Amino acid sequence: MANTTTSASADRPEGAERLSEDRREAMRGEPPFVEAPSEDTRLVRALKEAGVTAGLVAVLTLFFFLFRTDIAVGGLDLSLDPKSWIIAIAIAFAGRFLLTYFVFGGERPTVGGWKKVAAKTARWPIGKVIGVVLLLVALTLPFLLMTLLPSQDRYLLDLSILILTYVMLGWGLNIVVGLAGLLDLGYVAFYAVGAYSFALLATNFDLGFWICLPMAGLFAALWGVMLGFPVLRLRGDYLAIVTLAFGEIIRVVLLNWYDFTGGPNGILGIPKPTLFGLEFSRGEGSFSDFFGLEYSSIQRFVFLYYIILALALLTNFVTMRMRKLPVGRAWEALREDEIACRSLGINTVNVKLTAFATGAMFGGFAGSFFATRQGFISPESFTFIESAIILAIVVLGGLGSQLGVVIASVVMIGGIELLRNLTGLQAIFGAGFDPTQYRMLIFGLAMVLIMVWKPRGLVSTRTPSAIYKEKKTIGADLVAQGEGH
Amino acid sequence: MEYFLQQLINGVTLGSIYGLIAIGYTMVYGIIGMINFAHGEIFMIGSFIALAVFLALAAIGITFLPLVLLLMVVVAMLCTAAWGWTIERVAYRPLRGSFRLAPLITAIGMSIFLQNFVQVTQGARVKPLPPQIQGGITLMDSPSGIVVQISWIQIIIILMTVVLMAGFSLLISKTSLGRQQRACEQDRKMASLLGVNVDRTISLTFVMGAGLAAVAGMMFLLYYGVIDFYIGFIAGVKAFTAAVLGGIGSLPGAMLGGLAIGLIETFWSGYFSVEYKDVAAFSILAVVLIFMPSGLLGRPEVEKV
Repeated sequence: MANTTTSASADRPEGAERLSEDRREAMRGEPPFVEAPSEDTRLVRALKEAGVTAGLVAVLTLFFFLFRTDIAVGGLDLSLDPKSWIIAIAIAFAGRFLLTYFVFGGERPTVGGWKKVAAKTARWPIGKVIGVVLLLVALTLPFLLMTLLPSQDRYLLDLSILILTYVMLGWGLNIVVGLAGLLDLGYVAFYAVGAYSFALLATNFDLGFWICLPMAGLFAALWGVMLGFPVLRLRGDYLAIVTLAFGEIIRVVLLNWYDFTGGPNGILGIPKPTLFGLEFSRGEGSFSDFFGLEYSSIQRFVFLYYIILALALLTNFVTMRMRKLPVGRAWEALREDEIACRSLGINTVNVKLTAFATGAMFGGFAGSFFATRQGFISPESFTFIESAIILAIVVLGGLGSQLGVVIASVVMIGGIELLRNLTGLQAIFGAGFDPTQYRMLIFGLAMVLIMVWKPRGLVSTRTPSAIYKEKKTIGADLVAQGEGH
Repeated sequence: MEYFLQQLINGVTLGSIYGLIAIGYTMVYGIIGMINFAHGEIFMIGSFIALAVFLALAAIGITFLPLVLLLMVVVAMLCTAAWGWTIERVAYRPLRGSFRLAPLITAIGMSIFLQNFVQVTQGARVKPLPPQIQGGITLMDSPSGIVVQISWIQIIIILMTVVLMAGFSLLISKTSLGRQQRACEQDRKMASLLGVNVDRTISLTFVMGAGLAAVAGMMFLLYYGVIDFYIGFIAGVKAFTAAVLGGIGSLPGAMLGGLAIGLIETFWSGYFSVEYKDVAAFSILAVVLIFMPSGLLGRPEVEKV
């Protein structure tokens, strides 16, 4: 035994001794504090954040603002535009600095986490009041416009018709996505089927609007069943991509089947709707002639406006009534939990198919209205972006909320149109500034910002359709929306 | 036979490009379960950056081709990766933990924004680039006059895809970053409890996906010689189709799906009609999904009650 240690520690492992020693050391005197890194002041931190943001923007926009590729004689030419690049960096720096310094109060912005909104008890039914007011405004809108803004009534009425078309499409898609929870990225396919079946029936068989309209709706519903049947076994995103694919297939077929659809040239000369056989034109047997009114082109717009309003209200009415029927209840149950649905003996295939077909039918109605309003259709009008806009309206409005769809349509579609007319901005950005160019740019950005601001949509409380004893509104977070099971 | 071989070579080239884009989709889907609709636009941005780098290098007099190509790849990858990171930070991270459709809508919004951003800053007209790498190897010269040829650019594309795929698989299977990614894929909450920085891992996933998309964008530019602000949509949809076809969430699946879509498209346009090539690709997708609902190599989803 050359190596003798104290008997006390002989039977203890070395690590244990070290540990207890450390512990004693720590108890004895000054704790082994490390000096904390000095806290940056608010200003310094804001400057740092702004610097990082500016650097990032510099890299991001390097090849888009600084370098600009132009088509020149004999190939491409590169031009430098350091001014706008530096302006972009400066704006990013200043914006981030102000935001960090004043809004976030020098603290790091935190990322929103999981938040559960507790159930609220019944409150003043503000949604209902807004709904009634909006309905009254919608019913009297043409006359309001004609008396209040006679110089622009035609344009504004046309815009209202457009918005109402999107409201109707949104309500139709709401059945599929909002109520049944099936993510459909190809809704425009049914819109296209409705428009083309209306146009083909009307131009080939000389049928009027009122006969073709239900037929177009039925055709679209049939297509809904045909496309829906094979794919409804799929779940979530697989369903989304296949519906997207179907949308594209229909568009490509419409584009290439020259003999039948006219290919990229589309279909011309689609008849206008008539009121019990009275046409909205000049001369004998027209609407103005029959009622002894003076002819004005606005009459046709007013008539179209009331048609789309009636169709949209029909969609809404049917949806609201369907929610009270067993099939509507089954849609919502399916959205919440598909497995529970199957265990309770609900035939999920039939339930999904009815949702698909009902949604498709309203899409078809909207499509035939679109065709008769334009008088001309081509595959150009039925691209994926159209599906995306309709889906965005439904989600931004708050899935499953009928009022939300209206608000979102007015904001998004009205907003796009508003941007078309912002010629006043030319005074700020110079005569070369073309606001229509930035229309879709701002539209995309608005979609992102609204969603980040209100992830559950603009109207985010729900009234369940099945009620036990008392009526309650619940937070949308408690509803499984469009999870696509 | 010669015609078939030639179409095969073309199909594999196209499939490689789709496969590289599809990896970005499949990785993002694997980790956070969302369809990154803006990924196609990332690809488009990558090809625009590559074009600008090429022109800038030509303007300062660097024309030595290998150096030019190397710089194009590096700069395009870095800048596009910055775009990928920013998009994730701005549009997806604030919505993490929100319901599933919310990030899908921001992704569509981002896609619209990026398309129009490029249109506004770079112009809407198609940008042509004259072919930079010419010539190739003649594999077969038949008496009937049909020549089977593999061009240098096709060789570069296929080789580069193979190298990137190999490197990438190693990265996922061997490095700690890859382990963290796989951990996040399985259970994000558990991974964060075990000390994985989930936000950083997700950001890096976007960065890597964007880098690969940039390479694909550059190869698209060199191969086809024309780009515009709209190429991202079609390529993105095809690549997403490829990812779903291969089984979303699976890396070899993405490559396999990409090759399948590329081959279907090329053979369909070679033997039937060019107009309906997209219809063919999408129909095959629908058929495969109906009979194999989780794709070719995907794991079957377990339904939890």
